[in-house]
Amino acid sequence: MMEVNPFIILFASIFTSNMILANFLGMCSFIAVSKEIKTSLGLGQAVTFVVTGTTVINYLIYHHLLVPFGLEYLRFIVFIITIAAFVQLVEMVIERYLPNLYYSLGIFLPLITVNCAILGVSLFMVIRDYSFIQSIAFGIGSGLGWTLAILALSGIRQKLQKAPIPKGLQGPGITLIITGLMALAFIGFSGIVSIQ
Amino acid sequence: MIKLKELKNIFTRGLIKDNPVYRQILGICSALAVTNLMINSLVMGIGLIFVSSFSSLTVSIIRKYTPKHIRMMVQTLIISAYVIIVDIILKAYYPNMSEALGPYVGLIITNCIIMGRCESFAQKNPPLSSFFDGIACGFGYTFVLVSVAFFREFLGFGTLFGFSVVGDWWVNWIFMIMPPGAFFMMAILIWVANSLVPAEEESIVTGGGH
Repeated sequence: MMEVNPFIILFASIFTSNMILANFLGMCSFIAVSKEIKTSLGLGQAVTFVVTGTTVINYLIYHHLLVPFGLEYLRFIVFIITIAAFVQLVEMVIERYLPNLYYSLGIFLPLITVNCAILGVSLFMVIRDYSFIQSIAFGIGSGLGWTLAILALSGIRQKLQKAPIPKGLQGPGITLIITGLMALAFIGFSGIVSIQ
Repeated sequence: MIKLKELKNIFTRGLIKDNPVYRQILGICSALAVTNLMINSLVMGIGLIFVSSFSSLTVSIIRKYTPKHIRMMVQTLIISAYVIIVDIILKAYYPNMSEALGPYVGLIITNCIIMGRCESFAQKNPPLSSFFDGIACGFGYTFVLVSVAFFREFLGFGTLFGFSVVGDWWVNWIFMIMPPGAFFMMAILIWVANSLVPAEEESIVTGGGH
């Protein structure tokens, strides 16, 4: 895995192994928040920022603190603490400087902590043994891919608001079907590059 | 001691009425990724039952001593500790399984179901019923995982738990093994569940917080 070009990783993590559409990560907020394009964009930006930041920090902690002391098994706890602290920081900064964005994201910012995509990227980074530059590319790419998916979904969902949908399928059911169709479309990219 | 009736209540709620996946659309992040094979889902489900029951128990035991404003952090750390135990056990005894599940074992930490139960049930109830509530919710989750996996493995490979159940004439639905298959299967199951047992309040269905 060491020889893969970071740009390929960046590209692949946006399109071919998209966090949501190929790895099912970050589904919870994906379904709950994707009703409006504006909110989705805000959350997408926040996720991209947090995922890049935490991947870098987690890389440094894992390779310079945990591995030398043989404490790899503690990585779950360490990663989640890093993520929680980082999200807290971002929340304070946004509240101070971008109050509008803060109000529109409201409750969802703290929930980034339990967004599976964030922890998932850090865990994938360890499992796939990425180098520092590769990890940065992977973090940015995953965030962008997540944003792309949630933006596309919220766009489709806004159009669907007036559509007649069977009662049992309303809400999450139809959202999952749309996501499935999007995943199907993204499989078309899979011939270009692959990092798995 | 916990009453039998209360226990029954907890289980019907966890399995059917408030089934975390069908009803609240929580925790499907990790639910879908491991559903390509039944055995994977089963192991994942058992891991989740373990983590969910014991973290509910622990949260409930220390609930009176935990300061209110840091309780989320405490819960996360308790959950992480149990997930580490699951991870180490899997690595030691079932290395193949550990490899197949990949990062998804670690992602039990961010599974909203466990956090949700700790926050909404274990925080207010005595240890023993919290423990059973954790088990019930874990079972509800496992049930969903295994039912999705049943269809995906059956249609995708023509096997169940790795044993071939249909003859050579079976043509595998490659589609089912790929990610979109999981999304569609999940949507169909939610549809069926919603039609069979209509939700009492609309807000439950749309209330999936994260």
